[in-house]
Amino acid sequence: MVHFSAEEKAAVASLWGKVNVEEAGGEALGRLLVVYPWTQRFFDNFGNLSSASAIMGNPKVKAHGKKVLTSFGDAIKHMDDLKNAFAHLSELHCDKLHVDPENFRLLGNVMVIVLASHFGKEFTPEMQAAWQKLVAGVATALAHKYH
Amino acid sequence: MVLSPADKTNIKTAWDKIGSHAGEYGAEALERLFLAFPTTKTYFPHFDLSHGSAQVKAHGKKVADALTLAAGHLDDLPGALSALSDLHAHKLRVDPINFRLLGQCLMVTLANHLPNDFTPAVHASLDKFITYVATVLTSKYR
Repeated sequence: MVHFSAEEKAAVASLWGKVNVEEAGGEALGRLLVVYPWTQRFFDNFGNLSSASAIMGNPKVKAHGKKVLTSFGDAIKHMDDLKNAFAHLSELHCDKLHVDPENFRLLGNVMVIVLASHFGKEFTPEMQAAWQKLVAGVATALAHKYH
Repeated sequence: MVLSPADKTNIKTAWDKIGSHAGEYGAEALERLFLAFPTTKTYFPHFDLSHGSAQVKAHGKKVADALTLAAGHLDDLPGALSALSDLHAHKLRVDPINFRLLGQCLMVTLANHLPNDFTPAVHASLDKFITYVATVLTSKYR
């Protein structure tokens, strides 16, 4: 199980307080679909995904990105017990959505990159390390109920 | 995986923008790597890995110079990186997973310093570039 120090929790919370969840969520999901086009396989009903600008401007991508990142915000309230916090979503992603957990790792890494691009000097190596730990923990928690 | 003409343009443009900061960014990517992914430190027991380490600075420049070389030879990466490929296969034997980890830290460093240039399309091209370089460097592993 992932353990976060007090400093790591404080670092994550301080940055999260400044994140525009709607914007960052849309950007992270959009970049996932642009950089790793095979991830588009889960979004056949999203309409126009034919180019980078189409993807980044797509309203369904933005809306879904916001949903995903909002859920991530819940993770930050339960950093000591991610597995339980994401148990239901884990079942959903396995049984209904059929998403390969590798995709959670890809999205987590893209999220870290989006934060890096928004927060400049504040996104120190130590800050990145705390976030990499969090996204890895969330990815593992989301994969936990797979069978 | 193939680098399209647009990818090549994006990579060359990005590398021009990075310019003389390449060594600095290489060192920063390594510092981020060792903090975010501590298992990578196992390849550097002989290094001082503390913040500002001269060894890390020098090694970061080495890595950056190799990527600059690669960016200038996009039409023949296997040829340009042949010696480095031999080195990684027979001497360094760095487990392939680590190229992905370093790639992540390189992307974070570039996004952090050049946010306006690091558009989604450029991000995609650079990710392809780093992945291709890693494939070449591990191509002679077995």
